[in-house]
Amino acid sequence: MNDATIRGAVYVLVASAGLVAPLLFPNFTIQLAFLWLMVLFALTWDILGGQMGYNSFGNILLFGLGCYVTAVLQRDTELGFYVSLAAGMGLSMIVAVAAAAILGPLILAMRGHYFAICTLGLGIAVADIFAGWDYVGAGSGIVPRLYPGEVADRNFFYYYILFALAVAAFVTLRVLYRSRFGLAINAIRDDEDKAEAMGIHTTRYKVAAWMVAAFFLGLAGGPVAGLVGFVDPRDLAFAGPTFGVWMVLMAILGGKGTLWGPVIGAVVFHITQEFFWTYFLGWQRVMLGLLIVLIVVFFPMGIMGWLREKRPRWFGEVVRGEAEAKAGERAA
Amino acid sequence: MSALLEVHNVSKAFGGVVANRDISLRVSRGRIVGLIGPNGSGKTTLFSSIVGYHPVDSGSITFEGREITSLRVPEIARLGLVRTFQQTRIYGKMNCIQNMQISVPQARATVGEMFSRFPPEVTDKAEALLDFVGLYSKRFLRAGDLSFGQQKLLEFAMALMNQPQMLLLDEPTAGINPTLINGLIERLQRANADLGITLLVIEHNMRVIMNLAEHIYCLAHGELLADGAPAELQKDQRVIDAYLGAH
Repeated sequence: MNDATIRGAVYVLVASAGLVAPLLFPNFTIQLAFLWLMVLFALTWDILGGQMGYNSFGNILLFGLGCYVTAVLQRDTELGFYVSLAAGMGLSMIVAVAAAAILGPLILAMRGHYFAICTLGLGIAVADIFAGWDYVGAGSGIVPRLYPGEVADRNFFYYYILFALAVAAFVTLRVLYRSRFGLAINAIRDDEDKAEAMGIHTTRYKVAAWMVAAFFLGLAGGPVAGLVGFVDPRDLAFAGPTFGVWMVLMAILGGKGTLWGPVIGAVVFHITQEFFWTYFLGWQRVMLGLLIVLIVVFFPMGIMGWLREKRPRWFGEVVRGEAEAKAGERAA
Repeated sequence: MSALLEVHNVSKAFGGVVANRDISLRVSRGRIVGLIGPNGSGKTTLFSSIVGYHPVDSGSITFEGREITSLRVPEIARLGLVRTFQQTRIYGKMNCIQNMQISVPQARATVGEMFSRFPPEVTDKAEALLDFVGLYSKRFLRAGDLSFGQQKLLEFAMALMNQPQMLLLDEPTAGINPTLINGLIERLQRANADLGITLLVIEHNMRVIMNLAEHIYCLAHGELLADGAPAELQKDQRVIDAYLGAH
């Protein structure tokens, strides 16, 4: 069995698991929907944090904009539910991408810790602005349009939207990471001065990377708002201490800078967290904090990073002479 | 012959330390020119000024007759004036092929190209150049796992991949074993002769620079001390004094 077959089998397995999971476990549809949201969070965080080496704590901002734009559009227009959701998601995506395009050149000029601290401040500031802005309901939040149907159907509906978004993000990133864009942001991560010295348009690539993250985070905001049924500025939209930190941890746990790492990290993290809620009620935050410490101390490279150290050949790191390479081509 | 690179009365100070004072030099197209001087004489500072890493205090720098004094690093690189680093810089977590691919000339990159895969010609060229520096069998290894000398060769190959008109090499042979040095000199000469790349080389290894360069500039204490053909410079009492510390 060659690599391509194994890879294909994994894709089919994950895709079919995603499709049938809510049918098999209808009581867990909301948790499963959030699982795909976590996958999406980790994947989009890793574009900057893992592939480009820019630790952003501000990505939650793009998601929050998505929640609010969709909810406001649904509140203020007379469109039908499905049309209003589609229009809201589209507009959310445009607003989030535009925010990344405008803020990107300003804050992506900073490097290392300065960038991380700046994005942290940005997230907090925006949460406070929305929590004090009457037009969007201020501290009491905003209620998006209700799903026209049963609660169970609503859960299914939003589950499949979030599943589709996570899959779309994965496929898009898989293509992008193999393109010139992918290598350019990797080069920026490994040595930005060198990348500049080689004439790479570093600013252009950095802003583009954030815009890709914004695209998916903006789209995800609306469906999540609809699933929860209520947009709170600090607990959902701009939830820096929870979602904002989790997206970082999940990517680190799975393995920063790899395609599958964030997916694996999100799944492990989400299941562990649900487990804590079930068996350590009252202590779940303590357990979560402990888990975070354990991840950082024992898995700084993440699951995929650890595998790569142990089994570099699985990742194509081999010494290959000319004769051997030709033999390989013949075999293939 | 017209000068490809012309540095005119450039000065640069860091606080109270004058690293470069009124330095002028010319490099004609197609030549190999050396830049020598004791440690701390301002050679690397001059390189950094030329490629736009920091602004100069006074003076002007032109490349192909075009004023580049106030341009930034990536812009100058895209004009075809590229440097390598004294402390080797490669992309450590990417493999050698990827290091080479992303080093293609960036001047004409369109939006479509930004988001598409590299065409097979690029990969072929990357492999050919890796072969040229003797790293072909290591092409799937991470660049950060190579030895220092190999990284130096990779960095040189990356610079060639960029198809520059002119290369500024900061101590290309430092830290490389003597056998490999001979190979590197030969490759530098071939890059100059076959690919037509003009070279400006900082070097401490006198045997190397005297064999390689056609013309040498010598700096000491941030000032231009002497310049001339290698044979002249070797006999120049000021240069000998500077190196032996009599200055």
